[in-house]
Amino acid sequence: MEVTEGLFYIFAAVLLFAAFRVITARNPVHAALYLVLAFFQAAMVWMLLKAEFLAISLVLVYVGAVMVLFLFVVMMLDINIDGIRQGFWKHFPLAGALGAVIALEMGAVLMGGFGGPDSMQVAASTPQLVDASNTRELGRLLYSQYVYPVQIAAVILLVAIIAAIALTLRGRKDSKHIGASAQIRVRAKDRLSVLKVAATKPAQEVASLSTDVGLTETQK
Amino acid sequence: MTLTLGHFLTLGAMLFALSVTGIFLNRKNLIVLLMAIELMLLAVNMNFVAFSHYLGDMHGQIFVFFILTVAAAESAIGLAILVQLFRNKSNINVDELNTLKG
Repeated sequence: MEVTEGLFYIFAAVLLFAAFRVITARNPVHAALYLVLAFFQAAMVWMLLKAEFLAISLVLVYVGAVMVLFLFVVMMLDINIDGIRQGFWKHFPLAGALGAVIALEMGAVLMGGFGGPDSMQVAASTPQLVDASNTRELGRLLYSQYVYPVQIAAVILLVAIIAAIALTLRGRKDSKHIGASAQIRVRAKDRLSVLKVAATKPAQEVASLSTDVGLTETQK
Repeated sequence: MTLTLGHFLTLGAMLFALSVTGIFLNRKNLIVLLMAIELMLLAVNMNFVAFSHYLGDMHGQIFVFFILTVAAAESAIGLAILVQLFRNKSNINVDELNTLKG
């Protein structure tokens, strides 16, 4: 138990330091990297809480996917670092005081309410989580009792994919592409204009051609 | 003194306070604002996992699972909006996002 406690304090300290650096780092790339560290430490804390599947999925989903997306966007945008730090120190006293008040009050209430030995008795009386695998238990619940929420979560992810692509999709300016909807929407009067053209003149009379005839005779 | 539920809840509360502070501090930087929101969600998830462990109830972890799903979708759409914003305004200053005159 002593090892677990020491590990918890190490992970908590690194987690809080990383979170502090996320909000104070000058460079957004550094902030993103510290956020990776924070997620990793949180995953370790969840390991201590015997939530193995969630710890691994936090590393896989967040560190592997979301943070890579963050880093990609941060590095793609050309951000003026000095400009975005404006007003940082102006807001610092209010923000620091607010954060300290929140942390102290919630810490006092929570350690008073849940730090006692009675909550440990609750923890000791739960043998259910010990013998069964965490992943199996989670899967059994997900695919029996929470089938519809899982489907809804899948739909949410699909909506997110489509929305992200639709928001950032930008066609090339020099492409010869024609929109299919524009083609369908077109009417005949947009494309076809009817002009009034005079009717064809009547054929020339034979008398006016006599000069040509005379010319051919002289050639003979 | 062994670890109690209060330790984990206090860790979550401190994390939450730090991210609230971050939202106050980084008013010019939309990227760090999004990161602070991710930290807030992490703090909430920490509370869920801690309660789930100490109360012996797996439903808390199911909830964390769904929060992770929604947070991933949210950050993907948020970053897409951020990219569009940068294309249109060439900065990511939150104070200049007043086009809708809300």
